[in-house]
Amino acid sequence: MPVVDLAVTSKRALNESLHALAPDTNETLWRVENPGGQHALAVGLDVPVTVEIAGHAGYYCGGMNRQATIVVEGNAGVGVGENMMSGRIHVLGDASQSAGATAHGGLLVIDGNASARCGTSMKGVDIVVKGSIGPMSAFMAQSGALVVLGDAGDALGDSIYEARLYVRGEVKSLGADCIEKELRDEHRAELRRLLDAAGLDGAVKVEDFRRYGSARTLYNFHVDHAGAY
Amino acid sequence: MDTTDIPRTVPRRSATFDDYTLSEIRRAAATGIYDIRGAGAKRALPHFDDLLFLGASISRYPLEGYREKCATDVILGTRFAKKPIHLKTPITIAGMSFGSLSAQAKEALGRGATIAGTSTTTGDGGMTPEERGHSQTLVYQYLPSRYGMNPADMLKADAIEIVIGQGAKPGGGGMLLGQKISDRVAAMRTLPKGIDQRSACRHPDWTGPDDLEIKIEELREITDWQKPIYVKVGATRPYYDVALAVKSGADVVVLDGMQGGTAATQDVFIEHVGIPTLAAIRPAVEALQELGMHRKVQLIVSGGIRNGADVAKALALGADAVSIGTAALVALGDNDPALEAEYAKLGTTAGAYDDWQEGRDPAGITTQDPDLAARLDPVAAGRRLANYLAVLTLEAQTIARACGKSHLRNLEPEDLVALTIEAAAMARVPLAGTSWIPGQGGF
Repeated sequence: MPVVDLAVTSKRALNESLHALAPDTNETLWRVENPGGQHALAVGLDVPVTVEIAGHAGYYCGGMNRQATIVVEGNAGVGVGENMMSGRIHVLGDASQSAGATAHGGLLVIDGNASARCGTSMKGVDIVVKGSIGPMSAFMAQSGALVVLGDAGDALGDSIYEARLYVRGEVKSLGADCIEKELRDEHRAELRRLLDAAGLDGAVKVEDFRRYGSARTLYNFHVDHAGAY
Repeated sequence: MDTTDIPRTVPRRSATFDDYTLSEIRRAAATGIYDIRGAGAKRALPHFDDLLFLGASISRYPLEGYREKCATDVILGTRFAKKPIHLKTPITIAGMSFGSLSAQAKEALGRGATIAGTSTTTGDGGMTPEERGHSQTLVYQYLPSRYGMNPADMLKADAIEIVIGQGAKPGGGGMLLGQKISDRVAAMRTLPKGIDQRSACRHPDWTGPDDLEIKIEELREITDWQKPIYVKVGATRPYYDVALAVKSGADVVVLDGMQGGTAATQDVFIEHVGIPTLAAIRPAVEALQELGMHRKVQLIVSGGIRNGADVAKALALGADAVSIGTAALVALGDNDPALEAEYAKLGTTAGAYDDWQEGRDPAGITTQDPDLAARLDPVAAGRRLANYLAVLTLEAQTIARACGKSHLRNLEPEDLVALTIEAAAMARVPLAGTSWIPGQGGF
C-alpha cells in the first residue's frame, strides 16, 4: 500500500502520482498521512483506487473525481467533491460550504454536518449527510438526490429543478419554488438504496423522511412570478 | 385675428423621448416584461474610432509594406503553464456556447480559427465533439453554471478560462430561453427540455479573490500545471479586477468591454452596466505594470473589435491579444442583407437583428432549429471567418509597419492620439495636436 506523507512529500507529487496510475493498477489503496488541511488533495482522479486521507482536508478535496473512492478521516473544507462525476467520497467528520457543488454523479457521504450550500447546483450526484445541513442547500439543484438525517437550514432547494431532497429532521424554510412532495414507493426505494450505500443499517427508517422538490412554477419566466425571486 | 396666417413651428421630436425610447415604453406597457436581446451595447460610446495612429515620418522610420517583416504571433500562458499557447495571430475567438449557437456555427468558428492559426473558445453548456474536432487550439470555459462541466473535456482543451463575468452583463447571469433547449442542449446541461435555463451569476463553490486563488490551484492540480488558466472579467473596475486576477494566479486575463456581445440579456443591463472597452484597457495595463506583470500575465481585450485598426489600437494600449465574437458571427453570415426578406418577417432588418434568444435566426447561427441550422455550411462559413481574420491581421500589420514596428506587440501608446477629450482621458493619450492628456495632472 503506497503511503504518502505530506509532511515530507508535496501535494503536487501526490496528485501527479495518482494521475499517472494506469486503469488496471494494482496499487489500489493509497494512504495520505499528515494532510494538514491542504487544499486540492486527490483532485481530478480517474482510476478505481481508494485514497484514505488521515486527517483534515482543505478546499476541493476530491474535486472532479471519477471512479476513485476517497475517504477523509477528518473534516473537509469548501467544495468537497465539487463537480465529481462518479466514484465515492466519504467524509468522516464535518464538511464546509458547497459540499458536492455541481457534481454530476457518484456518491458523497458526510458522517457529520455540512455547512451552507450543500449540493448547490448538483447535477446528478447523490449526497447523504448523517448530520444537518446549512442554509441555501440544494440551490438550483438540477438532478440527483440529497438525503439529510438531521435538519436543513433556511431556503432549502431554492430555485430547484429536478433534484430530489429527503430530510428526516426539521426544515427551517423552503426556498423559491421548493415544496414538500409525496413520498412514494419509488422514493422509498431510492432512499433505502442510498441509506444502505452510506452504510446505515435498517435502524434508519425511510418512513421518517419527508420529500421536497420543485413545484416547477418558475421553469419558464413569467412576470407574474417576479416577486417569487 | 385670422390665425391661419401665423407661422407654425415644425413638429419637434424630443431628444430625450426619441422614437426608440417611445417604442420601448409602449412595448413595456403592453407586455409587463423587460426586453431581452442578444449582442452588446448599441449606443454610441467612446471607442477605438476616436483614436488615430501617428505614422512614422522624420522622427521615426517606417517599415516597408510587403517587404519588411512585421510579426504577429503571440504566446499566451507563459507565467505558470507548462504548455503555453502559441498563436499565429493575436486575434482569438471569444467564448460562445453551443446552445446559443448552432452546432454548425460552433464548427465553423473552429474551422476558421484553425485556418488562421488562432484559438476558439467553448461556452456555457460544455464542449461538443465537433467543436473539439475542428479546433486546433480550444479554450475551455469554466463558468458559474457549470452546465456540461466535464473534467474529461477540460483535459482535452488547450487552456481553461474561468469566467467571472462578461462585458455585456458584468454581475449578471445568463438565460437560455426554452425555445432554444433542444434534446441535445437539454442533455448536455442536465435539465428538462423546453424550460428557461438560468446560468448563475456567481460560482457555486468560491467567493472572492482568496477563494479564486484556491480554485485556480485546484484546476492546476487537476491538469498537472500543463494548461494556461485565463480569468475573464467584464469591464467594470479593471484596475482592481486585473490586480486581483494576477494575485489569484491567473496566466492570462481576459477583459471584456460593454460592447462585447451576449446570447441573451436584458437590454437595460447591456446598455447600462459596465464600461466601454476603450476605458478599460489602460487601468488594466496600469495594474499589470505596477505588479511587474505586464507581458508576463497576458491581457486579452474584447468588446467591439471590428477591423485591424481596432486590433492595433488595443495592442498599442497594452493588450497582448484581442478576442472577437460579434464580428466573427457577422463573418459567418449573421445579419446578412441577402436575408432581408426573412429579417423583415421577424419585424427587424438586416444589421439590427438581435433577438438571438428566440432561436429563429434565418442565417442558421443563433438557433437550435435543425432546418435553420442546416442553412449554415460550416466549411464555407469557416473559410469566411478565416478570410476575415486574415484581413484583420494584415490591416494591423499595415498600421504597425507605418509606425515602424517589426512586431505587432511593439505598438505603444506613444503611437496614438485621440480625437476627443473623452477618448484622450480614457485611453490616456494626448488629444490630437496637443500634449494634453486629460486626467493625468497639470490642470
